[in-house]
Amino acid sequence: MTVTAKGAARPSPAGLWRYRLDLKASPYLYIAPFFALFAVFGLFPLAFTAWVSTHEWSLLSDEHVFVGLGNYQALLTDPYFWNALANTISILLLATVPQLFAALLLAHLLTMRLRGQTFWRMGMLLPNVASVVAVAVIFSQLFGRDFGLVNWVLESLGAGRIDWQAGTASSHIAIAVMVAWKWTGYNALIYLAAMQAVPKEVYEAAHLDGASRLQQLFQVTVPMIRPTVVFTVIVSTIYGLQIFAEPQLFAGGGANGVTGGASRQFQTLTLYLYEHGFNRGFQFGYASAVAWTMFAVIVLVALLNYVFIRRIRSAS
Amino acid sequence: MTRRPTRAAMAVAAAAALVAAGTAACSGGDDDGKITLSVGLFGDFGFGPLYEEYSELHPEIEFEERIAEFADHHTNLTTHLATGSGAADIEAVEVGYISQYTAQPDRFHDLLDLGAGDLEGQWLDWKWQQALSADGESLIGLGTDVGGMAMCYRRDLFEAAGLPVERDEVSALWAGSWDDYVAVGHQYSEATGGDYFFESSGNMFRAMVEQAEQGVYDREDNLVVESNPAIGEAWDLTVEAIEAGMSNRLQAWTPEWNAGFSEGTFATIICPAWMTSYIETNAPDAAGLWDIATVPGGAGNMGGSHLVLPAQGEHAEEAYEFLEWLTAPEQQLKVFESTGNFPSTPELYEDPALTDMSKAYFNDAPVGQIFTDAAQAVEPQYQGPLQGDVLATIGQGLGRIEDGSQSAEEAWSQVVGDLESF
Repeated sequence: MTVTAKGAARPSPAGLWRYRLDLKASPYLYIAPFFALFAVFGLFPLAFTAWVSTHEWSLLSDEHVFVGLGNYQALLTDPYFWNALANTISILLLATVPQLFAALLLAHLLTMRLRGQTFWRMGMLLPNVASVVAVAVIFSQLFGRDFGLVNWVLESLGAGRIDWQAGTASSHIAIAVMVAWKWTGYNALIYLAAMQAVPKEVYEAAHLDGASRLQQLFQVTVPMIRPTVVFTVIVSTIYGLQIFAEPQLFAGGGANGVTGGASRQFQTLTLYLYEHGFNRGFQFGYASAVAWTMFAVIVLVALLNYVFIRRIRSAS
Repeated sequence: MTRRPTRAAMAVAAAAALVAAGTAACSGGDDDGKITLSVGLFGDFGFGPLYEEYSELHPEIEFEERIAEFADHHTNLTTHLATGSGAADIEAVEVGYISQYTAQPDRFHDLLDLGAGDLEGQWLDWKWQQALSADGESLIGLGTDVGGMAMCYRRDLFEAAGLPVERDEVSALWAGSWDDYVAVGHQYSEATGGDYFFESSGNMFRAMVEQAEQGVYDREDNLVVESNPAIGEAWDLTVEAIEAGMSNRLQAWTPEWNAGFSEGTFATIICPAWMTSYIETNAPDAAGLWDIATVPGGAGNMGGSHLVLPAQGEHAEEAYEFLEWLTAPEQQLKVFESTGNFPSTPELYEDPALTDMSKAYFNDAPVGQIFTDAAQAVEPQYQGPLQGDVLATIGQGLGRIEDGSQSAEEAWSQVVGDLESF
């Protein structure tokens, strides 16, 4: 910069060369650390997992027999895998759909004039700061069969007690509540940030046209912040498909913590992976196959979501 | 420009700090000539005062105790053994998992090499055998406690149900067999209008299996769950008890299970010696309400542990020296006094310090005598490699009957199917 500003002394060829190199190579150097780390801690494990998944590879033995796609074949014919997949998707839907709607409404409320605005906004984030394990332990107690608060309330309202853990639907709801409690506020803040970028004039126009507050939210705001909605849907999907700590702790440990209840009624895909990878046999080969299958499922579901959200836009 | 040096300096300082922290972490424990022995346990083994005592005798030794949940502890240990790092110098192994580890003796320090060979007579025979490798050439662990079984019961609940209260009379109720126990359960349910007789069917099933001559494995490590008649009988009787509504349907070690003790929701629980301390901890207000009778169906062992020295531990000799001291009769007696974990060294079974001991919490039950009798009567049963997992799988089957999601037949066929994948 100094050189061109002065415009007097011409730079030496060596200086010029260095200047060009700096201009061309430096940006890559600056971003290189991330990619180097990603290669070591992201790409390599990914590739290595793929390699392991084609072997009968137990942590307990030093012999690794190549089995090709045998693990995948065994996986796809295991009814417990499909059970885990169905559970995961059910919990995902129960957790994510109400959660994102609630987040949207909360964000909408937060855009209004409130006393102590910062307090409310920060409060939104508090559940997200709590550790997953703490959340899961406390909610498991709330949903306890004999001494849980939820059952106590149900009973005092005249409704019967529910054995939350035993049933398929009830256990999915309990787990979905844990997830929603932790992430609703977070998503609300993301929506809020996006909403603040929507020009005021649009609302004024809508108001003049006689649109109610709620109509404004769904007719004006949502289409305007669509990229953010896509983002939250995809991020929630990725998180939701990998739920582990909540069902694991909900079962209370022991064998049920691995199988997600005695009937595998809330075993998620990650728990299924854990069951094979870190329990009897330590079958890392099979567990790696589960990991890659999960990866494929997540990509697929994220794509489906993306297409789905796009259609919403074009409809409106 | 002026900011550059500062940033560089900061980066250097940060890097230096990281490196310093890293080296500090690596050398931890060995500075100023002290050796820190790490001890990995599942639950409190009552070793706290013994560490202090040992450190007084050996000022150069310090201890670091790591406690994990039961199942996690064993999972972690297996992982650490396989990956060759992360295990504590001394690790506890419960009896349900010991065969899994004796199958890979090279992952542990051979205690026979370290001087345990002369001590064989100190332990109950079968306790010693359990920690021997299959070829009998190496020993991976020394025994801590054994779990000779008794039956704990609530005096107040028995009285309310019109059943006898004194421990001899209660023992007589089911002296014949487990059928008698279930018959008493029917009586109890009728008298109380359906209160729970025991906490979990899995424990009842396990107790019956532990008493049998053969368990879930034969001596060639084949699963015999389907062919062993003792298992079928235990299953059927347990199912009868479940269907009569006797089970509180609590899963052991869950918060609900803990709460069950303090709320007094069930009347009996199978009581290996180590269970007494769980009852005391979980129901501190129920002192005097619990008592201890004999278990139906004869003697049997449930639980108990060994302490092993993973080969990756660097302080084999120091750790072994401590281990030998810790599992000696004198120390086992101290552990029994403080926690109720029953010694595995028969020398103590003649010692009045042990046999005369009673526990005020259990209405002054002579726990020393009760558990001595129980331990001496135990006929050792062969434990196969995945013993713990097999019993857990069957326990889950019973759980599915308990929560109503399956019939007894469906549950059994799923158990059989699950076991095939082992």
